Amino acid sequence: LVLLSVICCPQNYPLYIRSVPTENELKFHYTVHTSLDVVDEKISAMGKALVDQRELYLGLLYPTEDYKVYGYVTNSKVKFVMVVDSSNTALRDNEIRSMFRKLHNSYTDIMCNPFYNPGDRIHSRAFDNMVNSMMMQVC
Amino acid sequence: MRGGGSSSSAEPGCKMEGLTLSEAEQRYYCDLFSYCDTESTKKVASNGRVLELFRAAQLPNDVVMQIMELCGATRLGYFGRSQFYIALKLVAVAQSGLPLRVESLNTVKDLPLPRFVVSKNEQESRHTALYSSDADNPASYSGVIPPPPGRIQVKKGSVSHDAVQQRTSTDQQESTSPVVSPQQSPPTSPHTWRKHNRHPSGGNNERPLAGPGPFWAPFSEAQPGSSTSSDPIWSGHSPPPHQENWVSFADTPPTSAILAMHPASVQDQTTVRTVASAATTNEIRRQSSSYDDPWKITDEQRQYYVNQFKTIQPDLNGFIPGSAAKEFFTKSKLPILELSHIWELSDFDKDGALTLDEFCAAFHLVVARKNGYDLPEKLPESLMPKLIDLEDSTVIPVISEVGEQTGEVGYSSSPAEAPPSKSPSMPSLNQTWPELNQSSEDTAIVHPVPIRMTPSKIHMQEMELKRTGSDHANPTSPLLVKPPDLSEENKMSSSVKFTAGNTVTDGYSSSDSYASDPEQIGSTVTRQRSHSGTSPDNTAPPPPPPRPHPSHSRSSSLDMNRSFSVTPGQQQAGVVAYPPAVPPRPQPSQGAGPHVHRPVDAEGLIAHTSTSPQQIPEQPNFADFSQFEAFAVSGVNKEEEDEIEMHSEVLQVEKATDSASSLRVAKADGRVEDKAPANVPTSAGKGTTPLAPPPKPIRRRLKSEDELRPEAEEHTQKTGVIAAVLASQPSIPRSVGKDKKAIQASIRRNKETNTVLARLNSELQQQLKDVLEERISLEVQLEQLRPFSHL
Repeated sequence: LVLLSVICCPQNYPLYIRSVPTENELKFHYTVHTSLDVVDEKISAMGKALVDQRELYLGLLYPTEDYKVYGYVTNSKVKFVMVVDSSNTALRDNEIRSMFRKLHNSYTDIMCNPFYNPGDRIHSRAFDNMVNSMMMQVC
Repeated sequence: MRGGGSSSSAEPGCKMEGLTLSEAEQRYYCDLFSYCDTESTKKVASNGRVLELFRAAQLPNDVVMQIMELCGATRLGYFGRSQFYIALKLVAVAQSGLPLRVESLNTVKDLPLPRFVVSKNEQESRHTALYSSDADNPASYSGVIPPPPGRIQVKKGSVSHDAVQQRTSTDQQESTSPVVSPQQSPPTSPHTWRKHNRHPSGGNNERPLAGPGPFWAPFSEAQPGSSTSSDPIWSGHSPPPHQENWVSFADTPPTSAILAMHPASVQDQTTVRTVASAATTNEIRRQSSSYDDPWKITDEQRQYYVNQFKTIQPDLNGFIPGSAAKEFFTKSKLPILELSHIWELSDFDKDGALTLDEFCAAFHLVVARKNGYDLPEKLPESLMPKLIDLEDSTVIPVISEVGEQTGEVGYSSSPAEAPPSKSPSMPSLNQTWPELNQSSEDTAIVHPVPIRMTPSKIHMQEMELKRTGSDHANPTSPLLVKPPDLSEENKMSSSVKFTAGNTVTDGYSSSDSYASDPEQIGSTVTRQRSHSGTSPDNTAPPPPPPRPHPSHSRSSSLDMNRSFSVTPGQQQAGVVAYPPAVPPRPQPSQGAGPHVHRPVDAEGLIAHTSTSPQQIPEQPNFADFSQFEAFAVSGVNKEEEDEIEMHSEVLQVEKATDSASSLRVAKADGRVEDKAPANVPTSAGKGTTPLAPPPKPIRRRLKSEDELRPEAEEHTQKTGVIAAVLASQPSIPRSVGKDKKAIQASIRRNKETNTVLARLNSELQQQLKDVLEERISLEVQLEQLRPFSHL
C-alpha cells in the first residue's frame, strides 16, 4: 500500500506529491523531507553509480508507524520517494522497483512536453492517472 | 429577428392561466412561440405558424381542433402566449395518448414535451429531445426555431449570440452567415439544417472549423481557406444564428456549461443538426455513427492544419520540434496547462516533436478547446495518428524490434517486388537486399512499431530520425513511401548503414542481415532523410553503433562482402559475384577513409582487387564499415583517438585511395554496375549500393574480430582510432563526382591507409620482438631458479 509518492527536483523541492488521503499526511511529508537527506547521503557515497534504486532505511521514522520509505534517483538528481505501508510489504522489492521505473518513464514523458518547464510543479492529468493507478494497484 | 429583445421577452417564468410548466417546457414553448411569432408581436402566434406546428404534431385533425378549442384560441380568435402554451401542452398530452382535458394540463406530471415531426418541426422535435434534458438554456434565441442540437450548444449559441454579432462584423465568414440567418424565415431552417449538415459530422466539424477561422485570425495566417470552405455551407443555411453559434464558439469563452461537451452531447448535436432528411431514422443513424465526429477532422480543417504545418515545417514528413510547436500553440492563448494536456494527448509517440498527424490532432484539439469543448482524457480515435507506424516509430521499431513485429515483418516482406534488375549477377542475398530495400521502404514505413522500447533507445532513435529531417511516413499513405529513386538509394545505403550498425550485433550470416533488412529498411527510410551529407556519426548516439555514413553503407557493405569473401574465405554467403560495370564512384572518395581502418582489411581489399571488380563502390563502404567497427571498438579507444587521429587521417586517405584503386581496377563494373543504376540516379554521392549491405557489416565484424583477436590491444586501439578517424570523415564529398576524381581520392585514401597500416605493422612487429625477448629472459630466469626449486 503506497501511501505517498513524491518527486523532488535536484534542488530538493517537490515537483509532485501524491498521497493516499490519510490522517497525518503532514507527517509523511516530513518523513519524505528527512529522507531526502538520506538520499543525498547515498548519492554522494555512490560515486559513479548513477541511476540506482535504493531502499531507504527501513523503519526510518517512527518505528511504530511501521512504514518504509523507498527512494530512487535519476541521473539528473531527480528524486522519487515513496512511502509504503509495510503491513503487507514483505517481498515487494521488485514491485517497488517496477513502480519506480514507471514513475521514471512517465516523468520522462512529461519532460518531453515542450510546455513543461523543468522545475515546475507537475500538473499533467495523464501523469496523475498513471500514478493513481500505480498507487492503487498495490493496495 | 432574434434579438436580445425577443429572447428576453421570450422568457416567461410564468404560469398562465393556471398552467404550470416545467423549466424545459417553459423554454421549449418559449422557443416555439418565438418561432410562431412571425409578426414579432410577442404576444400572438400567427395562426399560420401555429397550424403548421399542429400539423407537425401529427395529431388527427379533430384532436387539433379540440386542442385549439380547449386552449381558448378559438374563443379568442388568436393564439396568445398563454393559449399557445396551453395548446402545446395539450399537444403533448395528446401525443402521449392521454385524453385531452383542461385539467390534465396541470395534473399530468412528467409529460414529455410535444413532439413535432414535420420537417420544419424536426428541429422542434429535436429540440424537444434536447429540452427534455432540461438544459439551462437562457432562452435567447433569435426567432429561429429552437435549436440547436446540443443543449450546450444552444447555450453557447445564446451566449455567443452577441459574440456572434460582433463576429459578424469582424470575420467575414461570420458575416455572411449571421446576415443570412436573421432574415431568413424559419421555415427554411430545416433545409438549412439539412444543407448545413451535409453529413453527420459536418456540422460538428464545421463548428470548430469556423472556430479556427476567426479565432486564428490573430495567428499569422488568415484562414480564408477554412472560412471560405465553410462559407458555402453556411451561406445557404437559415438558422445561422445557430450556425453562428457554432461558428462563434471560438469567441465564446468556454463556459462551465460548455465543459460538459461530451461525445454524447455531440451526438445530440449531430443528430439534431443533421436534418439531412426529415426522416427520423436518418437522425438515428447519424446519431449512432457520429459518435466520433466531434473529433473527426474534416477535409477543410485538415487542409488548414496542413498549411499551418507547412509554415513551420515545409517538409510534410518532417517533425515540428517541441519548441516551435510550443510557440505556435501558445499563440492560441490557451492556458499553458491545457496546452500541456493537449500536447500529452497528441504527441503519440512521446518524442517531443510533432509529426503531421500529431500536429493535426493537436491543432484540432486546440480548436475544439477554443470552441468550448472539453479536452478528452484520452486521445479520440479519429485523432489518433494512424500514421504513427509510419512515423519515426516505424523506423525505430523496425530497427530495434525486427523480430517482434511479425506483422511488420510480414509487411516488409510483402512489398518484395523490389527491383530485381538491380544486380542480376549478385548473389541471391544481395539481390534480395536491394529489392527489399527498395520495396520495403514502404514496408518499413508501415511497421507499426511500438513506440517505446525503452525511453533512451526510443528517444535516441527518434532523435536521430528527427535530426535526419523528416519523417518518411506520409501522413496519407504511410505505406507508400514513395519509392523515389533518390531516397531509395539513400535509404538503402543508409539503411544498410544503419543495419550495419545493428547487424553488427546480429551475427554474421547473411540471413541475419536479411532479417535485419526490415530494420534497414526502416532505417533507410529515416536515413534517406538524413543524408544531407552530414555524417550520420554526428547524430548517432553511442550505444548502437552509429549509422555509418549513408553514402558508405552500401558500398562499404559491398566492399566488405568482397573483401571478406576473398580473404576470410567466404565468410559471407557468397556475395561475390558482381556485375563488372564500373560506374562512377561517388563512394570511393568517401569510403577511402574507413578503409584504412583495418590493416587487415586493407590487405584484404588489395587482395580483393584482383578478384572482385566492384572495388570502387566498395571502398567507401569499406570505409564505412571500418567506421562501424571502429565505433564498436572505439568505445574503449576513445582516448587514443586524438593522437592517432592526426596521422591516421592522412594514412586513411592514402589507404583508401590505394585500396580503392586496386579494387577498382579489378572489379570495375561488376559491382558498380549494380549500384550504378541505383546509385547514380539516386544518391547524391551517397554511394549507396543495392548490394547487400547487411552482409557487409556482418562480415566486417567477423573480419574485424578476426583481426582483432590476433592483434595486440594497441593495435586494436589504433585501428579503433583509425576507424574513428575514418568514421569522422564527414567531409568526404558525397557528390556523385567524376570517376576520376573519385578514383583519385580513393587512391589517396588507400595510400594513407596503407601508410597507417604499415606503421601499425611495424609497431606490432616491434612489440612482437619485445615480447619474444621477454619470453626468452623469463625462460632463462626460470631455468636459473629451477635448481632452487628442489631446495
